[in-house]
Amino acid sequence: MTSTTDPYAGARETTEGRVYTVTGGDWESTFTGDLPAEERLVINMGPQHPSTHGVLRLVLDLEGETVTKARVVIGYLHTGIEKNAEYRTWTQGTTFVTRMDYLAPIFNETAYCLGVEKLLGVEAPPRAQTIRLLLMEINRVASHWVWLATGGLELGALTGMTNGFRAREKCLDVLELVTGLRMNHAFVRPGGIAQDLPDGAIEKIRVWADDQDTELAGLAKLLAGQPIWQRRLKGVGYLNVEGCLALGVTGPLLRAAGLAWDLRKTEPYLGYEDYDFEVPTHADGDCWSRFVVRVEEMHQSLVLVRQAVDRLEPGPVMVEDKKIAWPAQLALGADGLGNSLEHVKKIMGQSMEALIHHFKLVTEGFRVPAGQIYSAIESPRGELGMHLVSGGGTRPHRVHVREPSFVNLQATAALSEGSLIADVIASIASIDPVMGGVDR
Amino acid sequence: MSEPIGPDRGMFGVSGTGDTSGFGGLVRLDPGAAVVPQSSERPYGGYFDEVADRLAVVLTAGFDTAVHRVVVDRGEITFFVHREHLVALCQTLRDDADLRFELCSSVSGVDYLDTGTVGEQDAARLHAVYHLTSMTFRRRIRLEVAVGLDDPHIPSVTGVYPTADWQEREAWDMFGIVFDGHPALTRILMPDDWAGHPQRKDYPLGGVPVEYKGATIPPPDERRVYQ
Repeated sequence: MTSTTDPYAGARETTEGRVYTVTGGDWESTFTGDLPAEERLVINMGPQHPSTHGVLRLVLDLEGETVTKARVVIGYLHTGIEKNAEYRTWTQGTTFVTRMDYLAPIFNETAYCLGVEKLLGVEAPPRAQTIRLLLMEINRVASHWVWLATGGLELGALTGMTNGFRAREKCLDVLELVTGLRMNHAFVRPGGIAQDLPDGAIEKIRVWADDQDTELAGLAKLLAGQPIWQRRLKGVGYLNVEGCLALGVTGPLLRAAGLAWDLRKTEPYLGYEDYDFEVPTHADGDCWSRFVVRVEEMHQSLVLVRQAVDRLEPGPVMVEDKKIAWPAQLALGADGLGNSLEHVKKIMGQSMEALIHHFKLVTEGFRVPAGQIYSAIESPRGELGMHLVSGGGTRPHRVHVREPSFVNLQATAALSEGSLIADVIASIASIDPVMGGVDR
Repeated sequence: MSEPIGPDRGMFGVSGTGDTSGFGGLVRLDPGAAVVPQSSERPYGGYFDEVADRLAVVLTAGFDTAVHRVVVDRGEITFFVHREHLVALCQTLRDDADLRFELCSSVSGVDYLDTGTVGEQDAARLHAVYHLTSMTFRRRIRLEVAVGLDDPHIPSVTGVYPTADWQEREAWDMFGIVFDGHPALTRILMPDDWAGHPQRKDYPLGGVPVEYKGATIPPPDERRVYQ
């Protein structure tokens, strides 16, 4: 082989072998002058990007790999739920709100129904309240599993994702057993819940809680002690209590910054004041703290579930008032789940008044005295508030949802500006935004 | 609890003919026609009096100048605020050691179309509603500012509560309330080039055209309703 000299790749012999120096094109002439003072690069991340938690769009200004400015664009999943709710009855509203933060449907329904009950001036019976609490805590575990699974996926911990979704699916099995649906339950209704727990549910929930202990222990082994996981999270996405309050950030982020603000303790509802549980906090205010706080919250939710199961007393699950209570309980018939045959017999054969009530409640709905209220509960992501305005009719005049995902997402810039682009992913994951809730 | 609200006709209060079949011709009520908030009398009860008393002491503009109506209903207090005093009021509420409303929980818009007290029928249709939380004292209050369509300007409280940023953008997007002094008042949920403010009560809803036999589905606000 004859050796020719390549004008663009000069070669020289070294002790390690022949080394080529590649040149060519106009690179040398391009960079002979002064380099520009700044090398700003504007990167558009999302709205379809696997690591931005759904249809979230980030506009990042980069200097090298450092983010100098982070802007957030939302609205890609706006479905007009608040507007739609104004054109349906108060009862139908549960079907809308349950679809907002689709990882915490029971919380949406409960916050909404507590609000409607406050407007009506009624209170759900104790058994209904306990079942609501029970389902919410199961839902909180499920929601935190998804946070962990997707967060793990985004940071490259793929086994965290598979294990997390496996554990979450077990939570959804329990919710499906009770409500009939994995998600979007519309199970909590103004005045109570749609139906009582089915046979065997209590035993299933106990078995589920024990199994979740095993899953959480496995999680501790898989992630908590792992050096890569720790290095990706520790010291990343710092936000202190002052920053949280200024930006309105609540929930695990606030508690991970050190403030034990949990509406279950500070403004108890549904009898949370009678339960014995802890509000976990952490002092560091970084992504690692949020991981620790959320995992501990899952343990505490299991504590609450076990207590709630022990406290369940037999009783009605819907208010007595026939002007409000949904007229029919569901029952399993030969052709599937539907209105119970006894109820149909009664309204068609025996009681004209019951028939009228059924007709009026189902077609027209109940009237809610005019006024406005704000009802807030602690969702897995923070303060979930419902600002409900009634004009005195059978439909809401206005339903506004103070979504914790929406408010918390404002902290994106504070969490990620000045950090590396890879840490933006960790920061966003630690906020745990659900775009269905952000955009509504 | 019933004083601030208009006539209560019972849970199934019949209005018009009481016909629910639709054959008698249905009457569409103006949405929110019954909302006529009137001032509550002292004592307000609970911590509401303490908050009001403290505000009366520390507000430089004077309580009666800044607040024109106080309504206590269903265990919640609402201060109806003149817009020019809103920011100073928020600043006081946040910073005063005896008030300490550190968290602005929620900002929302409400459109009270065809309502309002007698004499100001169309004056103050758009309301911005602020829910403030005191974490120190575990209290909640509500501020409400009302403006008309001809001059829908309210000063922004983002300087006091940065969390109001997106929530004010949402209220602008959905109701067309202009928050003066907001750092970047742009649409947030609707597309940038969207026309109109969809959550206003008079915003037309779209009907769905269907292909069969020339039929159309009317938009929800034009359908027959049992109200």
